[in-house]
Formats: sequence, C-alpha cells, structure tokens
Amino acid sequence: MGILGDVQNDGLAGIDHNIVTGQLEKLVNWSRSRSSWPATFGLACCAIEMMATGGSHYDLARLGMEVFRASPRQADVMIVAGRVSQKMAPVLRQVYDQMMEPKWVISMGVCASSGGMFNNYAIVQGVDQIVPVDVYAPGCPPGPETLLHAIETLHTQIESGELLRRRQSTGGGAGLVIEQRDGQGGSQLVTLGRGR
Amino acid sequence: MGYLEGFGVTFRKWGEGVTTREYRGGKTNKAGQIDPRDQKAPKPPRAHGRHVLNRYEDGMEKCIGCELCAGVCPAKCIYVRGADNPPDDPRSPGERFGFIYEINYLRCIHCDLCVEACPTEAITETKLFEFSFENREDAIYTKDELLVDDDGRPQKLRWEDWRPGEDEFTSGWMRATAPAGRASYENRIGWSGELGYGSRAAEQGQEFEDPEPVDDSHDDHDQGGHH
Repeated sequence: MGILGDVQNDGLAGIDHNIVTGQLEKLVNWSRSRSSWPATFGLACCAIEMMATGGSHYDLARLGMEVFRASPRQADVMIVAGRVSQKMAPVLRQVYDQMMEPKWVISMGVCASSGGMFNNYAIVQGVDQIVPVDVYAPGCPPGPETLLHAIETLHTQIESGELLRRRQSTGGGAGLVIEQRDGQGGSQLVTLGRGR
Repeated sequence: MGYLEGFGVTFRKWGEGVTTREYRGGKTNKAGQIDPRDQKAPKPPRAHGRHVLNRYEDGMEKCIGCELCAGVCPAKCIYVRGADNPPDDPRSPGERFGFIYEINYLRCIHCDLCVEACPTEAITETKLFEFSFENREDAIYTKDELLVDDDGRPQKLRWEDWRPGEDEFTSGWMRATAPAGRASYENRIGWSGELGYGSRAAEQGQEFEDPEPVDDSHDDHDQGGHH
C-alpha cells in the first residue's frame, strides 16, 4: 500500500526512488554515519588503544563518536576490542542483540578478528562466529590510526547503505562459511555471524 | 580546595594550542584529494607494519621457501610452501623458491620474528599499519600482493593508506639483531643487493657490512669465539 508499506517491509531501500526519497535516503545514511555512537566492549589491551582514540590526540568526537555508551540500547556500533573468551561469547551476543537496528560491528585487533595468537580452547576464533562483523581492524593491538581507518571504512559503508542491503539479503556480515564438525563424524556448513 | 588545582591545569593548558591530529584514514573528497589536515603521527624508522617480500636488483625473488618464518611465527599466520626452481625460468637464485607465500593479517601481531628468522632478508616490514578489511579474504595477503613491484616499492592496495616515506628503508637493517646473530655486528648495517628503495646508507658512527660473503673467521679476534 504505497510508500508506507514499502518502508515498513523493506526499509528505505524498498522505496521505488524518486528525487525526494533518494535524497532522503542519502540524508538518513549521512546522519547515521556522522553520529554512530559506539558501544563499549573493551575486553583486553585493545581497549586501551580504543580509549586513546577517544582521547584528545586523536579525538573521536570529530567523527561524532565520542559518546561511548555502556547501555547497548543507545549504541550503534559495537567495537569489539580484545580477545573474546568462550565464556564472554554469550554476553557479547546478548549485548549485540540488545542494540537497536541499524547496528554495526567493528572487530578490533587480531584476537577479536580471528583469535590471533591465542589459538586455543578458551578463545573464540573470531567474533564473526557470533555476530556479523562489518570491518576488521588488524594489529596487535591496532593503534588509534588503524582504528580510525577502520571507522572511516565503516562510515563509508554506512553512507553508501550497501551494508544493510547485504545483511538483509544474506543475514550475515562477512558471509564466512565454515564446516562445523559435531565430533560424531558428521559435519555441516554454517554461515558465520548470521543475524536473527 | 583541591579542585582549584584541577582548574589550574585547565587554564595552564589553555594557551598551548590544539593537540589533536586529525587523521581521517586517508579519506578522499570528490576531487580525489586528501584533506591536508589528515596527517599521521610521525613514525620511528623501525616501526613494524605490513610485510613486503623483497627482490634482488636483477629482479629475482629473495625468498627461498625455507619456511623458517612460518616456523618462528608465534601466531602461526604465515603459510609457505617451497618448490624447486624451474631450471629454465628460475624465480630465485639457488635451488628453491617460495611457491606459496601467504600472511593472514588477522593473525599477524607484527612481532618481526619472521624478519629476524629470514636468512636471505627476503621478508621485511614496511611502516604501514593503517589498513582495515571488509571481509576476511582481503586479510590474507598472497605472494602477488606481498612481493615488491619492479621499482622495488611495495604494492599499494585499495584498503591501505600509504603516505610518503612509509615504503622506504624496509631492508634487513631494521632487524633488532645482527644477521647470523653475532653481537659483533652491532651498529653495522648490512643488506644484500636489494631492488629499489629498501636499503639506506650508513649513518654516522655506523659501519657498513656486506653480509653476502660471510667469512666467519674475520671477526673472531674481537669477539673471542662465537660458536
């Protein structure tokens, strides 16, 4: 039923764009990228660099991100900074689920991205097994400049709106498929980081 | 009245100007220009960053596929396979060359142990660490991406933010210990005929040492037996 139904079903991308709604989507994406508040998820030494990025020398406030929210309802970007242990994984997923759509995830540091040098039973080998990750920042830990580069990459993606369209179609972030073995001789292919 | 002291700090810092360095990840505007305020912090000359695979002056690859870097890597992020050089079209001087060379930058911690381990100074590090990936495939650098180009410069990939000077002086002089681990090599720089911009001249007070013809006997007298 007209524009309203399109928006309710598919979001702004569902609108058959004319000159007004096209500019409106641009405006919405622009404002989303300029005020993406991060959810604090510092888990290890990467969090120190994340704090340094918020400090006066690098000043995240000029990107509209100075408000690190401890409450997930008010946050848009989750910066997973540090190694995620198996015990922390359900907590991380819960915090992600509590965040309001649209939401994005930056995996900061090699430990969050792939387990890093902690290839053992205690550490999740990449948070994209739990949540859909949009940007990976490499480094151990990534300096503020690497994190800023990742943030700018994310902002560019938010502005284009491509990310949300991709997640809507695949249900996941990076779309990584792994073979999950159940220990009984069987295995199945699982797409990592699927949303609900 | 302790808070007045705190205000004092604020007022003292008032006139010191802005400390913020407005790094923006090399974001370009519509004209393709980077904002002039978008500057990185100065880096020390031996900063650890993304790797390069070097080549000799004649274009041959330095990597001989010995897998020492993969063995020493604490994060197990390097995957190397060696193969015999084809006799009619050799890739590297000697018998073997690195057939596959991959580094996973979502595991690499930039500890530089691979640079230390490399016997031919094939793998060294540039000073670039400002890069981020949108998917995991980008993070696995293959040999095509790691190898320097015909000018001896590292290849500049789409998701990397290179600035002038970061691709220079990447040669083996930047390793912490001497080639072959001898303490008598301290303060001497050594490299082996490298293509392009990797090597640098000796600084004042530094001796130049060409490590190619290594003669183990010639520095025994000042070090007193190293084996």
